[in-house]
Amino acid sequence: MLVAGLLLSMISPNSAQEMSEPLVIYSGRSQSLVEPIFNRFSEDTGIPIEVRYAGTTELAATILEEGDASPADVFVAQDAGALGALAYAGRLAALPSDITERVEARFQSPAGLWIGLSGRARVLVYDTEQVTPDQLPASLLDLTGEEWRGRVGWAPTNASFQANVTAMRALWGEEVTETWLKDMIANDVRVYPKNTPIVQAAIDGEIAVGLVNHYYLYRFLAEDPSVTAALHYFPNGDAGTLVNIAGAAILNTSENQGLAQRFILYLLGAGAQTYFAEETYEYPLAGGVEPSVDLVSLAEIEVPDLDLSDLADLAGTVRLLTTVGALP
Amino acid sequence: MTDAPSVVRHWGNRIRFPRYSLLATPLQWVATLVVAVAMLPMAYLLWRARETIGSDHIDFLLTANTLRIIGNSILLTAAVAISASIISIPLAWLTTHSDLPGRQIWLVLGLLPLAIPSYLGAVTLTLALGPRGLLQGWLEPLGVSRLPEIYGFSGAWLSLTLFTFPYVLLPVRAAFLNMDPAMEEMARSLGSNRWRIFWRITFPLLRPSLAVGMLLTSLYTLSDFGAVSVMQFTTFTRAIYVQYGLPFFGRASAAFLSLILMALALSLFLLERRISSRLQHFRDISGARRPSKTVQLGRWKYAALTFCTFIISLSVLIPIVVLISWLGRHKPAYALPLDLPTLTQNTLGVAALTACLAAIATLPVAYLVIRSPSQWNRVLYRLAFLPNALPGIVIALSLIFFSTRHLLSIYQTLPLLLLGYGIRFMPLSLGSTRNALASVNLRYEEAARGLGAIPLRALWRITLPLARSGILAGMALIFLNVVKELPTTLLLSPTGFQTYATYIWNSYDEAIFSQIALPGLILIALCALSLIPVFAWDRLLRKGNGHSL
Repeated sequence: MLVAGLLLSMISPNSAQEMSEPLVIYSGRSQSLVEPIFNRFSEDTGIPIEVRYAGTTELAATILEEGDASPADVFVAQDAGALGALAYAGRLAALPSDITERVEARFQSPAGLWIGLSGRARVLVYDTEQVTPDQLPASLLDLTGEEWRGRVGWAPTNASFQANVTAMRALWGEEVTETWLKDMIANDVRVYPKNTPIVQAAIDGEIAVGLVNHYYLYRFLAEDPSVTAALHYFPNGDAGTLVNIAGAAILNTSENQGLAQRFILYLLGAGAQTYFAEETYEYPLAGGVEPSVDLVSLAEIEVPDLDLSDLADLAGTVRLLTTVGALP
Repeated sequence: MTDAPSVVRHWGNRIRFPRYSLLATPLQWVATLVVAVAMLPMAYLLWRARETIGSDHIDFLLTANTLRIIGNSILLTAAVAISASIISIPLAWLTTHSDLPGRQIWLVLGLLPLAIPSYLGAVTLTLALGPRGLLQGWLEPLGVSRLPEIYGFSGAWLSLTLFTFPYVLLPVRAAFLNMDPAMEEMARSLGSNRWRIFWRITFPLLRPSLAVGMLLTSLYTLSDFGAVSVMQFTTFTRAIYVQYGLPFFGRASAAFLSLILMALALSLFLLERRISSRLQHFRDISGARRPSKTVQLGRWKYAALTFCTFIISLSVLIPIVVLISWLGRHKPAYALPLDLPTLTQNTLGVAALTACLAAIATLPVAYLVIRSPSQWNRVLYRLAFLPNALPGIVIALSLIFFSTRHLLSIYQTLPLLLLGYGIRFMPLSLGSTRNALASVNLRYEEAARGLGAIPLRALWRITLPLARSGILAGMALIFLNVVKELPTTLLLSPTGFQTYATYIWNSYDEAIFSQIALPGLILIALCALSLIPVFAWDRLLRKGNGHSL
């Protein structure tokens, strides 16, 4: 038993330095993307944090399951849909005006329950060795064609993809969306766990095109400028080129409201926004920070006519994806 | 210790001492508690399923999708069991009955796949044999621009076959070793040719062991999460994981699917138990036998060597070569920081802790069934084996449900992770602990008590030291399995807690393969090292019966 106790103390995570209760963050954004800026917050403010990394949708499900007992203070999500779903379920606290006034109204919850931290566009990544620009589809609807059989990658468990499907339902209607999903599956669409492996697969030539968020490719390009992949923005407000946000919200069950607000304010500050612009290649939404020069400017993207609050029906999307068999 | 173990075993089972009841009563309480905790995930899942079955989601769940999942799981399970047998029967025969050069080395190499976690093996297979993998790179000059599809059924089938066939190899090898050559010789003297002898004599003798091995492989396949996820083939475990990650009715679907999976796994498990207990009797009654004559392979030797080399290349060489080839590659700036000391400390720490705690927990259950085999104690002993049939993801899910609703103080803590491991792997040491205790002559314990030692002291000073090797073998087996375990670790780890398994999984998830290489090689080395005590200490295993694996 002595040995057991010793072992236990050895592996229990930072039990010694737990001076004050840490701020508990559930992050649906990848560890590799956001851990540096989270750590910087902790170093700058001296506020200890504890971050649980998992899929955005999975963490939304976890928060719903945990109910009032949720240990989470802040939820950082990679899309507006999951945040909207938690807002709808009555689990989020209203954000104070010194937070909400920092971001344009179209990038936050109409009721002030969640806020965008950075913007991202849905795009098509393509392998430049397999596809020339003139072969690129004009719409997502074209991807069900025979020439794309077995050559398209998607990530149905990924929150950003699910938000994209919610947008399709809003723009195309249920029936067209359902047919499209079924046709995609019948066309041997390839399934990946998330965005990064899709971009990797396009670079490796495993697929010709893939449905992803814009910024992943820039990370690959920063490592190796010679990678053979590029981004395609669908024209004419097609559902394939949605502008979404990665955002944050504070749980109404959190007893750390003050610290949680400081955390979100920090992420909206010039330092963090510069990080999102320069390190993760997203669109900064606050602090007067300009996006990286490599990016197509937000104004140039022909976005469909949708509000982010139109993306809250995650339940309906998940149900549809399960019904057609895109989700097992 | 001059008595033959089999004689001692009978003593242990038959003689009862009323004065042991003093020890038995508190022990019995402990044993009952242990088994009750072990039953918790199963019981809670059934309890929770009421909500699902009562709700309006039930129609939605009983869709073609669920049927497809059941179909996929059964198809994969059967295919892996068959192909693992096709590999294992010749390998077992070659390493027991033939003059194959380096028989012992081939045997050790044939057991090494047990040290390769299925998810890691599957990742290396996709990197090697994927559409644009290592092999395609080598074949590029020959004009091969694309290899046939590995994702889906074929990849899942290939990887699970390659990394689980030792579960068939061990019992089949044991059967070959125990086979009395007299029958084959008699058949030959009556004029049968080799082929006929194999099908009419050898194969029927092999069948029970083969069935046990196939069922063990099937159970492993059914509960595997990593390989099917990597290969994107939707079986129960993958579907459960995906549904678990969906809000609203996702958790209910996951519970519902878990229930079906549990029923399927339990029936396979009970079937396996039935056959293997018959097998045990069958072995006990067969008397002294001569060792079989070694068959000269002659010119077939080269074919046999090619076969062995092929299998081992795929199942052992590919993973190691692929990992080594990725070692030196560029690590992107955004790769997850690799903190080897912490990963090692965490991995070894939870594995050692689980092994210790599980050994302590199994002791009363195993002791009682030997020393005081009442109806109740025998039922406890049998029940305690059941959780081993449950896939890790099912146990983890049930414990998450349970702790969020009823025991929040351990939710997302290390004790919950240890509980998950413990429940899943405790049965692995139960059999070997029982056998080890059974082989200790009761008279030693009696002598100690006659000299005035209280029962617990006699147990501590006399019985346990004598049973040590069997208990340690069980602990080593638990240790190995915890080090390899992915889904339980993934779901139950405290926030921020990483082991080799989860680190590798997360890096794979981000497609940062260069970050898998070093931890992957270390993980395989750790597993290979913990295989040594498993085989060295368990006498039953040394005789070749892979049962407790």
